[in-house]
Amino acid sequence: MCTRAVGGLAHYIEEEGVATTQISLIRPHTEAIKPPRALWVPFDLGRPLGVPNDAGFQKRVLLSALKLLEEPSGPVITDFPDDAPVSRQADVVWACPVNLARKKIDLSDADAMRAAFKKEMVELRTWYDLAVKKQQRTTMGVSGLELAQIIDFIGAFIDSIPANPREDISLALSLNFAVDDLKAYYYEAAAAQPGSSSPTAEELDDWFWGETVAAKVLFAVKDRCLKRDDKMMQLLGKILLIPMSHSDA
Amino acid sequence: MARLEKMPEPQRSHIANTRLPAFDTYPWVDGPALNMRRIAIVSTAGLHRRDDRPFTFEPGDNYRIIPGDTAANDLIMSHVSTNFDRSGFQQDWNIVFPLDRLHELCDEGHIGSVARFHYSFMGAMDPKDLEQSARKLAGLLKDDTVDGALLVPV
Repeated sequence: MCTRAVGGLAHYIEEEGVATTQISLIRPHTEAIKPPRALWVPFDLGRPLGVPNDAGFQKRVLLSALKLLEEPSGPVITDFPDDAPVSRQADVVWACPVNLARKKIDLSDADAMRAAFKKEMVELRTWYDLAVKKQQRTTMGVSGLELAQIIDFIGAFIDSIPANPREDISLALSLNFAVDDLKAYYYEAAAAQPGSSSPTAEELDDWFWGETVAAKVLFAVKDRCLKRDDKMMQLLGKILLIPMSHSDA
Repeated sequence: MARLEKMPEPQRSHIANTRLPAFDTYPWVDGPALNMRRIAIVSTAGLHRRDDRPFTFEPGDNYRIIPGDTAANDLIMSHVSTNFDRSGFQQDWNIVFPLDRLHELCDEGHIGSVARFHYSFMGAMDPKDLEQSARKLAGLLKDDTVDGALLVPV
């Protein structure tokens, strides 16, 4: 939806007298909205510059978008010619370095699910700490909650509706941001393996949604949200907690 | 993957059937050569400083200011959607907010300068609801003598 948003923003900003250029991730949206200048790129949603940690490739994309500012007239859409590079042979499958304990979980036992969820979070801690050290940053922190609070808050939704830990935003948004932090914790931990290869978005998604207890917890939370009358909770349950690409996992 | 025809259902239909705003004007602002331009990033990734408020759906709560001296570890994302990849941003902020790359292009003489302030919206909104904020933001860009706004979606 962001390509739609940047298309509209470009119209308004340019009308006010500032030249714009933009990256487009959804070409049909840009074709319909016709912003002044756009570079369509064939990359994953969420990766408009193509690939992480490849300054040379990112600069090629960036310069291609910026050079449109020198076009004599518009609207103009051009296509970036290359797919995002992958950092290893395509036939080498990424494997998560984190060896999560495998034990069948009784999905009808909320306490057992919460215990398994907490155990998994603890197991990941050393990898998350390594990731933070390696990256010198973390993207966790949106919810404003500590890790232990995130576990308790999300886990409580399995069989109840907990109190809102924040006063400034709705319970639904608190849950949404806590889940964002939870996923950041897992994804950053999983991507921290030694070596140069970085997992693709698809590999990390398949691992998280297919193999973790956390994903099972989120499916249970989704069911809880769908039972609520609150409009935002319904939205969370329908499309905001589980990506559409894994909603049937 | 962002080739619509390669997306899995139901995401492909969801995107293909999105209601799009129609514009009957084609604004166009001329300017100097790229190596004379001052560039600002306008993201729709729901980015903000760690100590800033997360994005909400409150009317008027549309964008956040990102000072040009913001450190990578101080930029986080509170976009409401889960239907795009965040692992790229987790590994390298430049993939959605290419501030380091802009400075390099400036050092290499490709662009004139980098703005003092950058901005982020949260793009899961109807652009029509962002109009007033976008027009005000254009004034802020001009105050910073920006003559090239780079809009970056996720």
